[in-house]
Amino acid sequence: MAMMADTSTPKRVFKGRPVVPGTATAEALVSHGGFNTLASFQKALMFGDKDVKCSDQNNPDLYNKPMIGRALCLPQTIGSTTGGMVLYCASAMGKQPACLLFSQPIDSLAAAGAILAGVFSDNPMPTVDSLGDDFLAAVTTGARVSVHEDGTVELG
Amino acid sequence: MTVDTTESTSSTTERAQKASASSTTERASLTTESTSSSLVLTEEQQALLDGAKGEAMAKVVKVLVMYGETFGATRMVPVTSRMGHLVTSFGLSALKPVYELLDGLIREGALSQQQFTVDPRPLDANVKAGFIADLVFKFMYSRQDFYEKQLSELGLVNQDGFTCACYFDEVGNVPAPGDVLSWAESSAVVYANSVLGARCNRNSGIIELFGSVAGFVPYFGLLTDEGRTASWIIDVQTTQKPEAQVLGSAIGMKVMEAVPYIKGLDRWLGSELDQTAKDYLKDMGAATASNGAVGLYHVDGLTPEARALGTTLVADDAPTYVIDDAELARVKASYPVIWKDPQAQAKLAFVGCPHLSTAQLHDWATRLDAALTANKRSRVAVKTVFTTAPAVRKAFEATDDYQRLTARGVTVSSICPLMFMNNPLCGKMPVVTNSNKLRTYTTARYHTDAELLTLISGGEL
Repeated sequence: MAMMADTSTPKRVFKGRPVVPGTATAEALVSHGGFNTLASFQKALMFGDKDVKCSDQNNPDLYNKPMIGRALCLPQTIGSTTGGMVLYCASAMGKQPACLLFSQPIDSLAAAGAILAGVFSDNPMPTVDSLGDDFLAAVTTGARVSVHEDGTVELG
Repeated sequence: MTVDTTESTSSTTERAQKASASSTTERASLTTESTSSSLVLTEEQQALLDGAKGEAMAKVVKVLVMYGETFGATRMVPVTSRMGHLVTSFGLSALKPVYELLDGLIREGALSQQQFTVDPRPLDANVKAGFIADLVFKFMYSRQDFYEKQLSELGLVNQDGFTCACYFDEVGNVPAPGDVLSWAESSAVVYANSVLGARCNRNSGIIELFGSVAGFVPYFGLLTDEGRTASWIIDVQTTQKPEAQVLGSAIGMKVMEAVPYIKGLDRWLGSELDQTAKDYLKDMGAATASNGAVGLYHVDGLTPEARALGTTLVADDAPTYVIDDAELARVKASYPVIWKDPQAQAKLAFVGCPHLSTAQLHDWATRLDAALTANKRSRVAVKTVFTTAPAVRKAFEATDDYQRLTARGVTVSSICPLMFMNNPLCGKMPVVTNSNKLRTYTTARYHTDAELLTLISGGEL
């Protein structure tokens, strides 16, 4: 299972499973509750908000915060089964998060979105799951996050 | 034969291949719950992946393979239901990537192998939002006609096939117990799994169409016996029949995507899946799926698998979540009210998300008529829209209750309230609803059935 691999340096390193391998370095945006994909993206995708601010009123961690280009850190996604299609559209339109980092095993809707983005768009989202609860406890919104091909995630 | 042998000519497929091969290799060295060896395809499935029926079909199968491998599937299984169901019904101008993707399928003849129904249309000329808001709708859903033409080419059953409650008898998309489905629409999937005993994962939009196009889906999750094991016990200890939409909300928020086994509800619903019980479970399930991510629940003594297998469906280490009156009150009180003026008078009420059954329409007609009469009112105090499936609406229009409702000022429509509320001008309106799904995705304010009845009949809360 996921484990913290190195605590001897200022950086904290976590190891997960690369669902869609890739590299990214971005500012973290952390949702401690389930991420409702449709509720979060629908306003931005429909009305062209360039910052792609989260429109999910039920997510106090993310509501009104920009999601584009962020390292979205979350337990899982929840809500409507349009979720994967919404993630794919965000990616195809260049409005996607820099990467998706899941503390838990990925859910079916998010996996669909990440895979569709990888196969059908030019803007794949590196996606890592099973990073563990420690990851979500350690990462804070605004922190610098680096993702590696093998599913290693560095904080700081 | 594994996906690692895939041929490809496009850069996107190459990226996907790399992703798939890399993730497969990586999984072999990890020990997460969802690890697996490679997914094994039949010769026919491998040929599709290799491009025997064109690049579009190859990409469809590629996505299904990667999707399956992510969740540890080792094989594909045939889709056995008579019909599919798609979640995306709206021709939003912002969905250009989806239209381009579907055009590619249509161009290469990669069509659905089964007819399908689809979620409700976003608009209805009988549900007006105001001059400017209606102009905004025309902009928002400017691709509706184009998208519906695409759906027809792909396999849409008919022009009445637009409803989230495709499983109503009047609609005719009713899976048999044990059927393997490739559906999306969270409320329909959870109903098909839980109440009908069919087997369907919580597929995303596009993925569900891909399963119907390929004719097979990866075997994992809710398709398997182990995936249908309950990992939570819900102990309902309320002193009265719990409000379906609040109970579902509480369960969804607590268990997220886990499978709950619900005890104590048969005390209120009985042990027969009659229409009243089905309607209750329809509304409760929609709330579990939208407030959480539940794809299947079992109700002790009532739903098909719970009746057959009882508590053997429950994992040994399943924790228990007790839901009593205080817990339901706590959950309901936690819903934010995001109207600009929380004290505003409601201007519009939506009842029917998910769509109302015939029995629910008649029940609301009776109760509303009585409440208005008691309040000495001839018409509803708040503009009110009841939503139901097109086939149900057409039959209902021939009844006395329909005449009673319309005479009282109620509109009966087959619209999707959620899509209606996505209009920013509608989103600013003080809208009330008894739907926890609508509350979750929009600015609509939730009220229980009784509260909503009081509001629209001119009473005071």
